[in-house]
Amino acid sequence: MTESQPSNRPRDPAQTRRAPLTRWLVSLPPTLFLLTFFLAPALLMVGASLQQPGDFGGLVPALENGRLTLSLDTYRFFFSDWIYAEIFLRSFLVAAATTLLCLLLAYPLAWLIARSHRRHRDLLVLLVLLPFASNFLIRIYAWIILLGPFDLLYTPWAVITGMVYVHLPFMILPLYTNLEQHDPALLEAAQDLGAGAATRFWRITLPLSLPGIWSGSALVFIPVLGMFAIPELLGGTRDILIGNLIKEQFLDNRDWPLGSTLSLLLTVGVLLLAGLAARAARPWRGGTA
Amino acid sequence: MALLEIRHVSRRFGDLKAVDDVCLSIEAGEFFTLVGPSGCGKTTLLRLIAGFEEPDTGELLLDGQTLAGVLPEQRPVHTVFQSYALFPHMTVAENIAFPLQMAGRSPDEIRHRLQDALDLVHLADKARQLPHQLSGGQKQRVALARGLINKPRLLLLDEPLAALDAKLREQITAELIALQREVGITFIFVTHSQQEALAVSHRIAVMNAGHIEQVDAPEQVYGYPRNRFVADFIGTVNLLPVEVREAGNDRLRLLVAGVGEIVSMPAAARTGERGAFAVRPEQLDIIADGERPRLDNQFKGTVQDHLYLGDVTIYKIALPNGAVLEAMRANAAPGRARFLERGEPVQVGWRRQAGVYLRD
Repeated sequence: MTESQPSNRPRDPAQTRRAPLTRWLVSLPPTLFLLTFFLAPALLMVGASLQQPGDFGGLVPALENGRLTLSLDTYRFFFSDWIYAEIFLRSFLVAAATTLLCLLLAYPLAWLIARSHRRHRDLLVLLVLLPFASNFLIRIYAWIILLGPFDLLYTPWAVITGMVYVHLPFMILPLYTNLEQHDPALLEAAQDLGAGAATRFWRITLPLSLPGIWSGSALVFIPVLGMFAIPELLGGTRDILIGNLIKEQFLDNRDWPLGSTLSLLLTVGVLLLAGLAARAARPWRGGTA
Repeated sequence: MALLEIRHVSRRFGDLKAVDDVCLSIEAGEFFTLVGPSGCGKTTLLRLIAGFEEPDTGELLLDGQTLAGVLPEQRPVHTVFQSYALFPHMTVAENIAFPLQMAGRSPDEIRHRLQDALDLVHLADKARQLPHQLSGGQKQRVALARGLINKPRLLLLDEPLAALDAKLREQITAELIALQREVGITFIFVTHSQQEALAVSHRIAVMNAGHIEQVDAPEQVYGYPRNRFVADFIGTVNLLPVEVREAGNDRLRLLVAGVGEIVSMPAAARTGERGAFAVRPEQLDIIADGERPRLDNQFKGTVQDHLYLGDVTIYKIALPNGAVLEAMRANAAPGRARFLERGEPVQVGWRRQAGVYLRD
């Protein structure tokens, strides 16, 4: 049962009436999942970043011999050496470049799929997803063979090429989903009212596709920041990114506290950027600005 | 010279002749309506004028200049779409100002004309809102203002009232007439509703299966439909099969088998040919049985059914030959749904000026 509402207001699906118990039952499993596997580890990481590394990996207990062993050492360490800031900055630049390249490649493709005959669209989307059918590492090794003859291997360009290749579908799909929903009547109206092809794109298609651009960008930018396999396989020794740094702390240096600190700082950085992006995107999303 | 000249224009889609050899000429300042059932080609004709389609054969001339090869964005023709097609990411003001920006007007001029346009459609207080915050009627007025603001030579309206409820439709119909008079821009209005067509137009073109059946003023189309299709599509009509007895200079005598003879106004007909006599429900009079004949045509009948509509009641009168006529009677006395009961014997009649003879 739904409450009747004024007919001129679109019905908000979130406002349909449902028994509170049903709502609880439906939302309980995902809530439990997120609490257990997302919030709890995140809190453990905060704790770990303040603890001391054990001699053979792991962590020194927070309370040892009645003495509190927590400290901000790892944070002090991070900010004491420029090398970390440099790797962070480089990672954000690689992520930004990858996102931009993915966007430039994906937009025309998504647009073409959205404009193709309805019968062919599913097949084209399937082709976009086809690379997922083979193993990620095999696909990266293939790039070693491909890039070898061009003297590009073990350079930042090889890293970005691999990143773009792997993440392209994550940009195409949200863009396609967005572009496919555009009402063709809007473009006809714009043309009817005097807008040429370029103006129609800049004034109608592009602004309306911004939600797709934002979600595609987030789906590319954030995973690229944490990616360590591609820089390790395709990049040189000077091309390591945050992901490699974090991996090193946990697996090679056995410095869990520093690894946790780096992870947390990465998360904070991403959240800050996401917040800024959301603020920048607000006027386009039907706000009152 | 006519503003828009449509010369033998045809457009097919595969095997379908959407528009079939249409000729029309539309004068400047006219409120012209294309009316017809769904799929009759009226929307295709509109898209040909807007430039979204090019004719397979024939030619369109605007102000004497051919429109062949002229893109929609280059034509001084704007459209109000059935779905309104308002830009969802632009405010009301931005939507309405869009055509002025496209035409490269100065910011100063845009500001002035935007204000005028907002006042014209009574939306000054909604200027900063987004389309999804508006009611259906308000969206409709934004679409109108946007179509009118750059003063096109022609404004095309594609079923602009179809999405509104009946009460609002009536109100906006009245606004539309006033608006067209005020701005003086030529309107071509497409609708499948014959009532809307009759209410708003200077002239109506009735379309059917890709071609035009009749072009005339509303009262001519309604009063003197040229054929059965027009008679039947525009309004409600009683059609009686007849045989011409006498096609004189001052009158027409028509035989209705099993009922009697109809006397009608002279019309193109040949003695002995068959056709149909069309007469509107409101032109029929119901007279008590046994009363002396006082109308030119008066026949016995029986009340078969009645339908109370508030302002009027429709009575179905069965004639002796089984044909049923619909007669409409205004309900002058309040509180009564009908004045005649089922099965009651009556007489039904009309003056010779009422109704027309239609050749087969």
